[in-house]
Amino acid sequence: MQFMLLFSRQGKLRLQKWYIPLSDTQKKKISREVIQMVLARKPKMCSFLEWRDLKIVYKRYASLYFCCAVEDQENELITLEIIHRYVELLDKYFGSVCELDIIFNFEKAYYILDEFILGGEAQETSKKNVLKAIEQADMLQEEAEAPRSVLEEIGLT
Amino acid sequence: MSDVVEKTLSALPSLLSLDSQPGAGKLSSTSKLGSLIRNITELTSKHEEEKLIKRELAALKEQVSSPNTTMKQMREAMVRAIYCEMLGYEASFTYIHAIKLAQQGTVLEKRVGYLAVSLFLNESHDLLLLLVNTVLKDLQSSNLIEVCMALTVVSQVFPKDMIPAILPVVEEKLTHPKEIIRRKAVLALYKFYLIAPNQVQHIHAKFRKALCDKDPGVMTASLHIYLQLIKESPDMYKELTGSFVTILKQVVGGKLPIDFNYHSVPAPWLQIQLLRILGLLGREDQSTSELMYDVLDESLRRAEMNHNITYAILYECVKAIYSIYPKSELCEKAAKCIGNFVLSPKINLKYLGLKALTYVVQQDANLALQHQMTIIECLDHPDLIIKKETLELLFRITNTQNVTVIVEKMLGFLKLSNDDYTIVDLVGKVAELAEKYAPDNEWFIQTMNEVFSFGGDMMQPDIPNSFLRLLAEGCESAEESRQLRLYAVDSYLAVLQKDSAHLPQRFLQIISWVLGEYSHLKEGLDVQEVRQLLMKLLDRKGVTTETRCWVLSSLMKLCEGPGADEMAQELVERWGSSLDPLLRQQAQELLCLSLDKDLRTRTLPLATTWDGLEVDSSLSFLDGFVAEALAAGAAPYKPPHQRQQEQCQEKALSLEPYGLSLPVSLSSCSLTDRQSPTLLSMSSGQSGNSTEPSNKAGSSKLNLEGVKRVWGKEGYLPHREVPEESAPVEEASSAVQSSSQQGGASDKSSMAHTEPVEQDKEKQQLASSLFVGLGSHNATSLMGKSETPSQRFRRKPRTQVSTSSSVTSEKSDSSHSSRSTVDSFLYGSLLEEEPVLPQPNTSHTPRVTTANGSSETKTQSFIPTNGTFEGEEAEEEEEEPTQTENDITSVTAHRTKQGSLIMNSDMVIVQPTMWSDQPKDWSQDDSGDLLSSGSDTHMETSPLLLLPADLRDLPHSNINTLAADQSLLLSSCHVYRDDALVLVIFLSNSGETPIQEIAVQLNCEQLEVASLRGNVIDTLDGLGTSVCRYTLVMDGAHTQVEMTGTVSYQAGPGHTQTLPFSSKLSLADFIRPLVITTEEYGKLWLSFSHDVKQNLKLLKGDRDPLVTTLDALKETLQLHIVDIIGSEGIVACRLLQGAPCLLHCRIHGDSLAVWLRSSLPGLPDCVLYYCQKALLEH
Repeated sequence: MQFMLLFSRQGKLRLQKWYIPLSDTQKKKISREVIQMVLARKPKMCSFLEWRDLKIVYKRYASLYFCCAVEDQENELITLEIIHRYVELLDKYFGSVCELDIIFNFEKAYYILDEFILGGEAQETSKKNVLKAIEQADMLQEEAEAPRSVLEEIGLT
Repeated sequence: MSDVVEKTLSALPSLLSLDSQPGAGKLSSTSKLGSLIRNITELTSKHEEEKLIKRELAALKEQVSSPNTTMKQMREAMVRAIYCEMLGYEASFTYIHAIKLAQQGTVLEKRVGYLAVSLFLNESHDLLLLLVNTVLKDLQSSNLIEVCMALTVVSQVFPKDMIPAILPVVEEKLTHPKEIIRRKAVLALYKFYLIAPNQVQHIHAKFRKALCDKDPGVMTASLHIYLQLIKESPDMYKELTGSFVTILKQVVGGKLPIDFNYHSVPAPWLQIQLLRILGLLGREDQSTSELMYDVLDESLRRAEMNHNITYAILYECVKAIYSIYPKSELCEKAAKCIGNFVLSPKINLKYLGLKALTYVVQQDANLALQHQMTIIECLDHPDLIIKKETLELLFRITNTQNVTVIVEKMLGFLKLSNDDYTIVDLVGKVAELAEKYAPDNEWFIQTMNEVFSFGGDMMQPDIPNSFLRLLAEGCESAEESRQLRLYAVDSYLAVLQKDSAHLPQRFLQIISWVLGEYSHLKEGLDVQEVRQLLMKLLDRKGVTTETRCWVLSSLMKLCEGPGADEMAQELVERWGSSLDPLLRQQAQELLCLSLDKDLRTRTLPLATTWDGLEVDSSLSFLDGFVAEALAAGAAPYKPPHQRQQEQCQEKALSLEPYGLSLPVSLSSCSLTDRQSPTLLSMSSGQSGNSTEPSNKAGSSKLNLEGVKRVWGKEGYLPHREVPEESAPVEEASSAVQSSSQQGGASDKSSMAHTEPVEQDKEKQQLASSLFVGLGSHNATSLMGKSETPSQRFRRKPRTQVSTSSSVTSEKSDSSHSSRSTVDSFLYGSLLEEEPVLPQPNTSHTPRVTTANGSSETKTQSFIPTNGTFEGEEAEEEEEEPTQTENDITSVTAHRTKQGSLIMNSDMVIVQPTMWSDQPKDWSQDDSGDLLSSGSDTHMETSPLLLLPADLRDLPHSNINTLAADQSLLLSSCHVYRDDALVLVIFLSNSGETPIQEIAVQLNCEQLEVASLRGNVIDTLDGLGTSVCRYTLVMDGAHTQVEMTGTVSYQAGPGHTQTLPFSSKLSLADFIRPLVITTEEYGKLWLSFSHDVKQNLKLLKGDRDPLVTTLDALKETLQLHIVDIIGSEGIVACRLLQGAPCLLHCRIHGDSLAVWLRSSLPGLPDCVLYYCQKALLEH
């Protein structure tokens, strides 16, 4: 996989992950192009698109588009299922996820993505394992957070 | 699924205010990020957003650069910076702080820091160098999460040059007890392999280990690497075929843990990966393919469920079946499968069906015929991507008979599309088809005109080049060539006379060249007219210098007849003083040639026959000049590749060998799978030593000579030339023409909404014109006849000296088949890193017995033993596949079980050796050194002193003198009980008279001291000995503790004497072996937080240094060697019954890198101290 974009129906980028080294201007240009192309698609159309020498695989969930760019010889259907699995993971983590969850907790969404896809390849496809890894890291977060908030309350920070 | 998500959000801003909303609820209302997001959503214009973000960035900048900002605030700021960047605003000032956060923060801040780094920076960013040390530190951290984070960031962004710095540590992680770490390490290595393959070359054996990992996740991860490796050199990995097949079989059979299921399909990603690998391995290799027929068949059969994921697997399966050596049964099934795809009402499946069809149609054209009506429908599909894929399919089945219809469809699509990439791609295809299958000159030139006007200046440069070459070289028949050229001239004159302003430069260049070269062929054509047209081009705005050069050189050729001199004058006036040197030169040349008619006819002969043109490719006419230059001291010429090589050698530090040595970037030609022969031969020509003739006739001329045709589909390459065009072809081509007219008509009429019945008929007709000539036993092909495709433009055969590259193709040796039996036992021979001797089955049993029976094999035979065990195990499984479905009897489970069994049997061997069989050895080794207190004079009278019977069998130290006075001798002995150290104090009356009322008192602050018995004795007879015992328990970690005590006694009545004594006890007295399995070790390891690392002396011996050293440690300290894997060993001990201490030893150069971990603070340090001491004194 070369990159993954999440964007809203209004074309606002919600998440971007690049697995190929690109400059910022290139990234901007590409995401603009891809978002435009995908938003122009009609509902019953094919979930795949050709773009340059890549395939864009996209799927819309509620108001959010999930979109991956893969190499031409890649299996588009399995990419579609990667998107779906990611949505499942988000759903499980946030508890029936909605766009707001991703907007406000985008860093969490990134953590989940990183645990699921690493360097452009599916890393761990077991839902349980991915969430376990995230939870472990989160737990640490909570532990570290708890005493601080107490300190904060009494104005020590 | 979508319904769970489907529940929000058309009214985003209105929801934002509700705190009960799950997303908003998690974020505290005061959070800066929250309010930023809120504010942004309330904005209405892009301009306002810009303003807001600018303010935000300014605030951020201030915050991050302030020294008072805490890490926590920094973390928060970083998240906001990520958000701003996502919105498209640059926040590069935060990059360095992201790195700092990863460097200095706690785990929590690191997490954000690393995330920001991976989002902000790409692998070539300079700042990443600052991250290397942090990554290195975190990789070695005792905190699992830090290691995970480091590995994650490494797999995403890491500077290529710095890979060697962290490679050993990442490598080490391959044997980490935790599977998540192993998995991430494998993926990190995969990433390294992709960006710098030669740096991970040496660890291919480790990849094998990852492939055999007991965790399916790690194994799956390793397949990424294998897919890549096998893509590059399939022959190297043929022997793994059996293993891959077995793994796939097990996966398909549902033997993996249920976690890996996705919508009740077992590990689909793993299946797909394996299918891809098998497809690559079986390509053009019958014997290897035969191994996989069964499992492919089963995969096809198993994937029944109606879900996307099964289709994804089926698609991959079909691809594999058509990639490997064909088996008709399987192909039939696969074909049926493709049919289901193509006919599916689901558009995604239809697309994939077309893609699969495109893939297989070259092998089996009949498949396209079966689905021709569907294909026709897809050709008019409203979704462009379906249309495009259909054209791709048609491209593959084009022949002389259907070329006109297909090209027409393609050009129709070109008119609709506005995407450069598609245009370049399609234009290339049209040009290829036109050249290959053109039915006549007229059509060919017309089509190429379309190609040039559509393709414009984006198309591959080889298209115009080869077109011109075709014109110039001509076909076999001179008349035919003349006709073609003539038609081209006619056509271009017409083009120029019309409005040609919009024409692309390339097209203009071609036109001018053709007119310059061949306009004389047209009888009755006024040269002046041609000149006029060309001169007009020269002056037109928007014409590039390059094109002007082409035009000028054409005019040079037309510099004859009436008005030539005037034209030359005019041109020189106009261009002779041009700012562009090329144009100036052209104009000057033109002037010279127009003045010297003789020279002109010699340099630019009319009707050039290219065959006669001899090119002195060795440039021998320059020899004199070169000799002169050399004599004058010029440096001899070096071809570019040699220069580069030398440069390479000069560099001291080269972490990476250089890639292509050719200066020409070939990547530019690989946009599609077309290659530009011109570029290739140019570069090789320039190198000077090439035997290929090269000529660069003039700066603006095409390189037409000596170009070897490489982009040949069949019928393209010179040796495929067919002798004579036969009569039937004409017949067929006329038929095609008529059908193409029909096709065209049908297009028009279908626009006008005719009746469906009629439409069907039109489709039938279209079908017949499209699928004509595909397969002979074709019922639906209305055209009936099928012809062997013949090429219209057959090149004249030219003799060409082609340097035959010495390709040493190694045939896969026949020993594969014999080895494959071994390999088919899953994991069997894989565990062994060296190839097994081909005598597999029989060798299992005897080796197992040795391992069980004799104790000599203890540690050294670990790995081979493991291997054989598992070989056996897998064999058993193979023979009995009748295990129940719900019982998850994966190999994994078996392996774990087996693993621990081995461990146990090992313990049985090791334990008695240490504890009961050789207590004397052990206590001898332990003598003196560790009990350095008191005196080290051994009791000469030791026969007198006997340990109590109940203690005698326990390991113990020698008996040493503690203290003595004239009447009493105190000696002590340490008895090592599992739960405590038992201190036995012998009280010997050295005199004849009895001693009364002896009382022993023992004090030690750091130890728990408990008297067992005998610390108060009423009477000790003369020369008698009494024993008192204490149990000592150490709770905290102390290197050494001092105990003091006194003995009070009455030697005579009323005369109390005291004898003080003291002794030192070392930690070693309290260390006990901890017997655990590798798995348990792994779990423990991760749960411990206190650790220490040190490099220790490595002992050299006859055996493996690691084994020698560990054995030495085991002898001195009571350690348990858990496992030795390669250059690493894991060892465990504990403080009595209390805190365990784990040691991880790895050979690191000449020393032993030891890493100790414990739950007890200080314990690792103390143990390390004794290890160090033991090795130094060894």
